[in-house]
Amino acid sequence: MKPFSYERVATPAAAAAAFAAHPGARFIAGGTNLLDLMKLQIEQPAHLIDVQDLPFAQIEPTADGGLRIGALVRNTALAADPRVRRDYGVLSKAIVAGASAQLRNKATVGGNLLQRTRCPYFYDTNLPCNKRDPGSGCAAMGGISRIHAVVGTGAACICPFPSDMSVALRVLDAAVETVQTNGTTRSIPIADFHLLPGDTLPVGEFALQPGELITGVVLPPPLGGKHQFHKVRDRASYAFALVSVAAVIQPDGTGRIALGGVGTKPWRSGAADKLIPRGAKAVAARLLENAMPTDLNHYKILLTERTIAAVLAEAKG
Amino acid sequence: MKFDKPAGPNPIDQGKVIGKPTDRIDGRFKTTGTAKYAYERHDVAPHQAYGHVVGSAIAKGRIRSLNLAEARAAPGVVDIVTWQNAGAYGTLPTNPARLLAGPDIQHYHQAIALVVAESFEQARHAASLIRVDYDRADGEFDLAAQAKAAEAGKANAVPPTISKFGDFETAFAQAPVKLDARYTTPDQSHFMMEPHTSVAAWEGDTLHLWTSNQMIGWAADDLSQIFRIPRANIHVSSPYIGGGFGAKLRIKSDAMLAALAARVTGRAVKVALARPQVPNNTVHRPATAQRIQLAAGADGRLLAISHEGASGNLAGGRPENATSQTRLLYAAPHRQTIMRQTLLDLPEGNSMRAPGEAPGLMALEIAMDEMAEKLGLDPVEFRILNDTQVDPQDPSRPFSQRHLVECLKTGADRFGWARRNAKPAQTRDGAWLIGMGVAAGYRGNMITKSAARVRLETDGSLTVETDMTDIGTGSYTILAQTAAEMLGVPLSRVTVKLGDSTFPTSSGSGGQWGANNSTAGLFAACSKLREIVAQKLGLDPALADFADEKVRVGKRSLRLVDAARDGAIVAEDAIEYGDVANKVRVATFAAHFVEAAVHAFTGEVRIRRMLAVCDCGRILNPKAARSQVIGAMTMGVGGALMEDLGVDQRFGYFVHHDFAQYAVPVHADIPHQDVIFLDYPDDKSSPMKAKGVAELGLCGVGAAVVNAVYNATGVRLRDYPMTLDKHLAKLPMIA
Repeated sequence: MKPFSYERVATPAAAAAAFAAHPGARFIAGGTNLLDLMKLQIEQPAHLIDVQDLPFAQIEPTADGGLRIGALVRNTALAADPRVRRDYGVLSKAIVAGASAQLRNKATVGGNLLQRTRCPYFYDTNLPCNKRDPGSGCAAMGGISRIHAVVGTGAACICPFPSDMSVALRVLDAAVETVQTNGTTRSIPIADFHLLPGDTLPVGEFALQPGELITGVVLPPPLGGKHQFHKVRDRASYAFALVSVAAVIQPDGTGRIALGGVGTKPWRSGAADKLIPRGAKAVAARLLENAMPTDLNHYKILLTERTIAAVLAEAKG
Repeated sequence: MKFDKPAGPNPIDQGKVIGKPTDRIDGRFKTTGTAKYAYERHDVAPHQAYGHVVGSAIAKGRIRSLNLAEARAAPGVVDIVTWQNAGAYGTLPTNPARLLAGPDIQHYHQAIALVVAESFEQARHAASLIRVDYDRADGEFDLAAQAKAAEAGKANAVPPTISKFGDFETAFAQAPVKLDARYTTPDQSHFMMEPHTSVAAWEGDTLHLWTSNQMIGWAADDLSQIFRIPRANIHVSSPYIGGGFGAKLRIKSDAMLAALAARVTGRAVKVALARPQVPNNTVHRPATAQRIQLAAGADGRLLAISHEGASGNLAGGRPENATSQTRLLYAAPHRQTIMRQTLLDLPEGNSMRAPGEAPGLMALEIAMDEMAEKLGLDPVEFRILNDTQVDPQDPSRPFSQRHLVECLKTGADRFGWARRNAKPAQTRDGAWLIGMGVAAGYRGNMITKSAARVRLETDGSLTVETDMTDIGTGSYTILAQTAAEMLGVPLSRVTVKLGDSTFPTSSGSGGQWGANNSTAGLFAACSKLREIVAQKLGLDPALADFADEKVRVGKRSLRLVDAARDGAIVAEDAIEYGDVANKVRVATFAAHFVEAAVHAFTGEVRIRRMLAVCDCGRILNPKAARSQVIGAMTMGVGGALMEDLGVDQRFGYFVHHDFAQYAVPVHADIPHQDVIFLDYPDDKSSPMKAKGVAELGLCGVGAAVVNAVYNATGVRLRDYPMTLDKHLAKLPMIA
């Protein structure tokens, strides 16, 4: 771990000022991902700005009947919130499917959106990785790519995006609210928040400007319907998704579906949603129509179809 | 004490303390954090510096240049130790890869330097500033290719080990029912909770090493060789160990580098391997490629068995002998085993819990399931039908005891095996396909000399000293139980001190030999103490009965404590084995039963129930033994379903080298486990009449899981781990 300095701020303005004074600084909240990466020399910030004291720890109703979730709300609190459990069950289910109770107690909503990939080559600084070391290459291509993405991949990166919560937010059409260093606020649709890696360097990851801070996530008014999150993994708990399906299915058989584990970002298609009444095969085929699987992760194509089938069968039952 | 004839009646048979499900006597220390593990030995030497191991970034080649300037200038750095400045050190014949490399590199993450600094963080940071230029050389990392070449006689590192009885080829060719199938098992990591850790300090020309090690005697011998100093000048201490599974049988880079750095710096130096270094820096269980051929008559009796197994290792490394149990498990007149070893440039392969038998049974016991199906026989019945009470290679040599049939029958009864549908893919529970599987387990019982010292203190309590280790197994407790039983004192009156090279040399912990041998060594010492005590008290040692802290002969009853009136009495002895076990086969047996559920849509596998029935001699402490078997069953589930180090053939290393990538079961994967011990004392094993248990618990589990999955789905899997991607496309259509 590279030596670093640390400060704790209480307002967005103070965070912006701290960032201006320390270009390249990283914000830290729960620290469940950043600290691991710092210990492994993958992230090496010279300065940390602790934002835990910022006033973004509330869950409150919005004027149009939705919910605003502060960026600092802990994952456990969000999953347990009665309004979330009642109206946004897919989000609650997705969160408890991730990590461990200890990590969820510490991890924040803002941090969860910003999880770095779990690609094993990203985690070993001896190996090429365009995400960690732009231009060094992608060791996952042609390597052990069983967990990697089949859609949204680029010429330089096939990393899967790990967050379960973000897949639920994608199916709910949430928006990410931010404040930039000059005080400007903006709202970024979740569909645009996570970037495709693209074919050029650096590898695309998040739609944030330097120093831009997530303040919260806004959920639109409740959708009704049946909320499901089916996460397929190599063991029963404490593992990242091979494939996950977040779904909201209405009594008339229409609905929405987003995928985790298969894409370089949470994966959804409006065209695929329209095919839900026609069944899993049609939906999966549309969602993964441009898939570029490797020999080792080709199974995710079929697994996606069968997991969607499981979710649709369950929605009927 | 020489064990040269079967054990007669002895005080252990009383079963007043031995055989009772006793809580660990060290449990309180562990649960309160007062049991000091190697990295917590802050008090043993002052002014400890922290070492961080730098591992090679390439798998094979040579260091062209090493630039330490920036690292040396980093805050807190005391020194950086490499092969260039470490001073003279020897190598070990038991280590095919050097513990400190340079300039030649033999495997990925092989240690090339130790950065020593005032704090752990400073050492780790400075390590990242070392600049190394390598000349990368091509290596061989592909077991599948090497195994194929070895089978064709082209790539054997050493001549194959071949064992043949009867005429396998002819018998196989002529048999009415046969199976010929290939199986693979992957490289696995021990991944015990506590990584390899050592603190080293020199006191003149005496080396102290506070470490985490299963075999204190071997550690002292090895250090003596490396540093070319008498063994008497080596002090090794390892009283508490956070797991080993074989990874700590021999000293590793942490120990050697701590000692070298302590010599270079004149400081005490503490080193722990970082978790991601453990698989590639140390040892692992090598992958295997196996072929099994079985032939039977229509009556279900095996006529011919062949088991071929190949593994790879560095030159001078040991093979993973997956075929060993096949020589002894089932009857058949015609049989052969062929073990091939190839050269690979991966890190060193070495013993991991039940080396040989664990991966061998993962294959053999699937083959037995397949063969039972071909014969239309129940897999339990098929195994019972082919049981043998003698060594199939030498019918004049019986097993000392063999209750495998009882294991299978008891297990089938208790598990509800009769409810299993012999036809696969017939049982549903909602979205889940349900199946049951069985496998037999076999593991040898190794015997080795083991010494102990026991002291009757002046207050009438006992102190036991032996360099035996407790790697989480319960050694402290069973040794205390042994002393308490032998001298007739309550357990609370026994203090046990372990893991120190100043104590008598024991069997150590490994190969499931620790419990039987170390308690037998203490039995010998306690027998001697009984004699001395009886004599002191003026009683006939042959007639003396030790109970309730008293010694009795007839109506004479004297207090044990009175024997130590003039000072503590010390007795030291060792158990040494004659040829009792050469005339018979002493081994351990198990039957494993598993109920598995497979998600009909996604292919996810979840274990529902597990049962192990174990035949492994006298059970010294049913609670500790049960914990061992439950842990082993859990490890078996990991091996069956998820554990795989993942070889990257391009870079020649294990990709899954941390707990995020190398999955082991979590609580949610293991819902219900039960263990039954048949508990037949075996008078041919030792005076304790006990045998090993900890490795037996693993032997066969993987195959039982896979056989249950097959029964659930009808899809036969032969390549471990059985991740869902391997059967998804073949699963039954979904509604």
